[in-house]
Amino acid sequence: MTVKDIQTALNATVSSGSKLLDKEITSAFASDMMSEVLAFSKGQSVLITGLCNPQVIRTAEMLDISCIVLIRGKEADEEMIRMAETRDLIILQTRYIMFSACGILYNLGLDGGTV
Amino acid sequence: MDAQSNTPGVELKYVVSPNDFTRAGEASSNVKNILKQMGISPDVIRKVSIAMYEGEINMVIHANGGDITVTITPEKIQMVLRDDGPGIPDVEKAMQAGYSTAPEQVRSLGFGAGMGLPNMKKYTDEMKIDTVIGVGTTVTMCVYIS
Repeated sequence: MTVKDIQTALNATVSSGSKLLDKEITSAFASDMMSEVLAFSKGQSVLITGLCNPQVIRTAEMLDISCIVLIRGKEADEEMIRMAETRDLIILQTRYIMFSACGILYNLGLDGGTV
Repeated sequence: MDAQSNTPGVELKYVVSPNDFTRAGEASSNVKNILKQMGISPDVIRKVSIAMYEGEINMVIHANGGDITVTITPEKIQMVLRDDGPGIPDVEKAMQAGYSTAPEQVRSLGFGAGMGLPNMKKYTDEMKIDTVIGVGTTVTMCVYIS
């Protein structure tokens, strides 16, 4: 599936990386705690989170995550968007809560695995 | 000792600003880019990035910033994170996953779950903590390249 498919499924807006939506995605990680993402992510390329600050961008950068999905209607601020654009990171924004966003993407074939 | 051991290393120095959560991670980001340019393997870069980033966050949260020296040699990448913070009263406890002394506000920023030091240990091949109460803490970490 591509980022574009995720955007469509979650009825999401794109706040960074609009030219990168053809990127292939195979797995995702969801958490509001960045330390958990840093501890347990294993090469997943999407980060689903309700945390909305520059450290989300940094965490994605450190782990080579290519797409951040902000849930619960969170909106990236200018600083986050600037940081994401310079790192070729995609930010999607959806109004779905984490449970629903994960469920929808899991149904479409995205997996996350175990720790 | 093989010939490579005599090769001088690359040394990078950074200052971590106190209480600046927005900029926390800048040093780690810079190191990551340099390692990439040097052609270091992605697996090594990932370990260094995660360990140093957690350390950098810790310095901002707990220690009013500090300085970081990264030395890259053909054999390993060494990170020395030094601060003049309050010190760690019980290192053994601090190493336990889930144990945290971070203020509640830090949790709302996505950290402070008591995963920092355990993560740093998990992703490095060597880790040493030298800490003196009221004086500061130096964390030395190494990731082997080969």
